[in-house]
Formats: sequence, structure tokens, C-alpha cells
Amino acid sequence: MTTLLQQLANGIALGATIGLIALGYTMVYGIIQLINFAHGEVFMVGAFGGLAVHRWVLPESFRENWYVSLPLMLLGGMAVAVAIALIMERFAYRPLRNAPRLAPLITALGVSIVLQEAIRIWFPNADSAQPFPKAFVDSQITIIGLGPDGPEGDVSIRASQLLLVVVSIILSVLLQSYINRSKMGRAMRATAQDPDTARLMGVNPDRVIVLTFVLGAALAGVAGVLYGVDITNVDNAIGFQNGIFAFTAAVLGGIGSLRGAVIGAFIIGLIKTLGGQYMWGGTQYDYVWIFVVLILVLVFRPQGLFGEAERVRA
Amino acid sequence: MSITDNMAAAPAPPVLQAQGVTMVFGGLTALNNVSLSLGKGEIVGLIGPNGAGKTTFFNCLTGLYLPSRGRVLLDGSQLAADPSKVTIAGVARTFQNIRLFPNMTVLENVMVGRHSRMRQDPISTLLRLPAFHRGERAARERSRELLEFVGLTRAEHEVARNLPYGDQRRLEIARALATDPKVLLLDEPTAGMNPQETEATRQLIFAIRDTGVSVVVIEHDIKFIFGLCDKVSVLVQGELLVEGTPEVVRADPRVVEAYLGKPPEEVEADVRAASTEHDTRGEA
Repeated sequence: MTTLLQQLANGIALGATIGLIALGYTMVYGIIQLINFAHGEVFMVGAFGGLAVHRWVLPESFRENWYVSLPLMLLGGMAVAVAIALIMERFAYRPLRNAPRLAPLITALGVSIVLQEAIRIWFPNADSAQPFPKAFVDSQITIIGLGPDGPEGDVSIRASQLLLVVVSIILSVLLQSYINRSKMGRAMRATAQDPDTARLMGVNPDRVIVLTFVLGAALAGVAGVLYGVDITNVDNAIGFQNGIFAFTAAVLGGIGSLRGAVIGAFIIGLIKTLGGQYMWGGTQYDYVWIFVVLILVLVFRPQGLFGEAERVRA
Repeated sequence: MSITDNMAAAPAPPVLQAQGVTMVFGGLTALNNVSLSLGKGEIVGLIGPNGAGKTTFFNCLTGLYLPSRGRVLLDGSQLAADPSKVTIAGVARTFQNIRLFPNMTVLENVMVGRHSRMRQDPISTLLRLPAFHRGERAARERSRELLEFVGLTRAEHEVARNLPYGDQRRLEIARALATDPKVLLLDEPTAGMNPQETEATRQLIFAIRDTGVSVVVIEHDIKFIFGLCDKVSVLVQGELLVEGTPEVVRADPRVVEAYLGKPPEEVEADVRAASTEHDTRGEA
């Protein structure tokens, strides 16, 4: 019982991270039908952006105060992620806007490798685990004796996990409301449904596409920093692993759907932790169950869980 | 009266002017040297058989196509070949095959039309500051006015794709009007409508004209066009055949011919003439 609760908590925290990344995948797909495989690396670059702020920007005296260092690291991570996404959109994807779909897809894979290598080269020792500052209250919230095991049945949740979940939910709700009720949000949905007609309503498609990349990257940057704070170390490969999870979450939820991406992410987080705990093969096989579920969902519902009804939602 | 005389003597400059618009796709000339002039508050009809190039002409007017030759002027300045800029300049349109945003509500569709007429900065949007709410409310109120104008108030919250066909056409008109156009282009606004709906649409177009908007209408329903328009232009095979008042156009034998056909022997002669013409063009 305790183990189950513990793994549920871990799964939800993992789902929150993946969800923030998955939103970027699903939004970009909704607007330009591109699976931006480099998006996982935007997350990774965001984490390193936060780390760089802590190492080289923050004065020594502030580093210990999380309420100063964390917001600045988040801003730094977002800024770096957004900058990278802007460059990527402008120089890698925009020239291929009217090319066959395979061209930007392959380009995305290339961009992904470029970003991983760029961080490896320019960030000292980024290919081995770099300690990430504990930029949040360094304590665990312990729920005592929930199970029949008495006091041994403690479920402990790291404060940083809780932060991840809270921030992730707040940002998802904000994003949803931005897209549902704002001028640019309507323009995004209109462009997703019929780009030519949207242009005839005075919508500039370039601005919509740039905005989509910016929003996705900002969320990924936040996720990167919070992930670093939670896991306490980062390297230049974190983007690949979490990117694959996030992509899978977006597909599972129905790519193009915001709600689908978030729910898909929580499902995947839970499958990974619970599968690793209870299924045959243990944690070494936890990946397997994610993709087994993905395959099953896609066999019976190829459009994903929330696919058809909301497919064109930005 | 002298005032009337003056007005007649110096007509207001045209709002929209197409000058020698030619559109070539590969080897096919879809439009050849088509000109059109539209005064303020005028309703001009564009008729012609299928494939005459009417919709292509609309696409040139709205910046979807860049004409191969010729130009389009709005209030004397040339329109860019960029649909969003053309909309901002003041030309709006509807489509022959309805192109609403199917998964958005009726109200949202019209509000997308307000896009270029509302300011919203990211800060006040994210923080939901009063400026954001003011802007949204203004856009929503204007959109509701337009829905009332076309008679769709009751359907405000419905998803656009669930609307009956005729309502979808009227929603497209409301959405186009939401861009505050000087010129409204309607591509077959009564296609698929019954007589009552058609009459309602005619009254709606008059009402739009009365707000000072100039209108160009593509339609196959000749009776509808003649009962609506101040001027009619007839396009046949990409060329302007006749233009003038409904009376003039109706009386023109070439129009009757283009629409009703002509005795078979004459058609044969025409085809022969056309093919020789084509050959000479090829040689040149």
C-alpha cells in the first residue's frame, strides 16, 4: 500500500514534467503539422540555462536563497529555451515551410543532434552529470503511516516534486485559457483549422507560428529548470529521454490536443513508475510498458485518446 | 438641382479598381486583361459560366494570387499580394465552398474576423489586466452586433460546423464584416438556398450596402443578380465580355449566347475560329 502510494506520487511528478514538454510537441503539431523532435533538446537547453544563471550570473550571496535564485533560474531557463526555439524556427523550419513534410521532420532530428552537441562542447563537462543546485526548500513532505504498516508506511514527497506538479497544473490551465480566450489564441486555433482562411481574416501566419514555438519553449524551459532542481543533476542527454516520453504522451493523448498531452503525460508517468515497481523486469523494463500501452491505444484508437474531437485544437 | 448635377458631373473616385488583371497558370490563361471599377456603396455583379475565372478573379483581389499582369487598387493605392495585409487594408470575402473554422463557435468565428481590428498586448493578456477585458468585451460586442445583423444571435454558442447550410453562409458574411471592410466580395452567397433564403440574402446585401460597404457578388442566379446589382460584369473564358447596368447586360446578345448557347452550326464555326486563333497565337 505504501509502495503503491509512493509510486503514484512519483508517477504524478514525472507526469508533470513530461506534460510541460508534451504541450510544446502538441501545439507545434497543431499549427504546422511538424513533429518537432528537437523539442526535447529545448527542455535540456532550458535546464542548462537555469544552471548557467546559478553558476555565473547570480552573486554568491543570493545562491542560498531559493526565493531569489529559483525565479531567476526559471527566467534564465525560459529565456535560453525561447531564444533557441526562435533561432530554430527562423533558420531551420521556416525555410522549409512549403517543403514536403519529411524535410522539416529530418531537419528536426538534425537540430536535436546539433543542440545536444552544442551543449556538450560549450558547457563544461555537460556530457556527464552536472550537479544542479538545490534551489528549493530542501525538505520532504512526509505523510506518516497511511498504510497498515504503521509508522514504517511513510510516503515521502519531495518539496520539489510538489512544486513541479503545482507549476505544471497552473501553467497548463493558463495556456488553455490563453488559447481559448485571447486574440492570439483564437488566431492560433483558426490557423490550425484553416491557415488560408485565417490569413484572410488578417491573421499573420508567421506571427502565429513564432508564438507557438515561443509558448512551447517557455514551458519546456520551466520544466527543464524544475526537473534539474528535483533530480539534482543534469546532463546533455536528458532531453532525448524526456523528449521521447513527452512525444509519446502527445501521441497517446491525441496529437494536436492540449488536454490530451497533459493527460497522456500523467498516464505515462504513472505507467513508468508503477510498471517499474510491479511488472515483470522491474525498473529496467519500465520503458517497455510505456510503449506497450502506446501501441495498444494506437491500435484501437489511432487518433489518440482525445484525438478526433479536438484534433485541430492548437 | 445643381448639387445633383455636380455629383453627376464628378463621380466619387472608385473604392476598388482592378486594372488589366491577367492570371496565367503554367500555359493556361485563367484571366485575361480583366478590369473592374467599384464605387462607394455600389453593388457589382460578376457572372459567367463555370470556369470563366470568377473565383480566380476574387483570389487576385484578395491577395491569394499575385496577378501575372495588371494591378488592384484600393482607394488608389496598390494592394499587396498578401491576404492578411489585404484584409487590413479593407477587402473581405466569403467563399464559394464555405470555409468557416468548423470547430470554433459561431461567436468565435466572428471574433477571429476582429483580429486585425483589436489591440492586445501579451502582458495584459497573461495577467488579465483591465485593458485585456476591455478589448475582449469590445470585440465580443461588435461581433454580437454583426450576428444580430445577419440574424444569427440565437446560434452564438453553437459550433460552426453544426449550423444549417444557409446559416453557415450568413455566418461567413458576418465574419467578413467583422474585419470592417470597405469592400466585401461574396462568392456565390445564395448557392444551395431556397427562394426565401435567397430573398433574405438579397435584403441582407442591400443592408450591407446601406452601411457604406461596396459589394462585389459572384452568382449564377441571373435573376438574383439583375435584381440586386447596380452594374454587372460578364466574364467568359477569362475575358470580360460585357459590363454595364443590368438592363444593358440583359439585352446584350453575346450574354444570351454565352448563357443559353446558340445553334449548333454557329458553335462549330466559333470553335473553328477559336482554334485558328489559338494556332496563330501559338506561332506568335
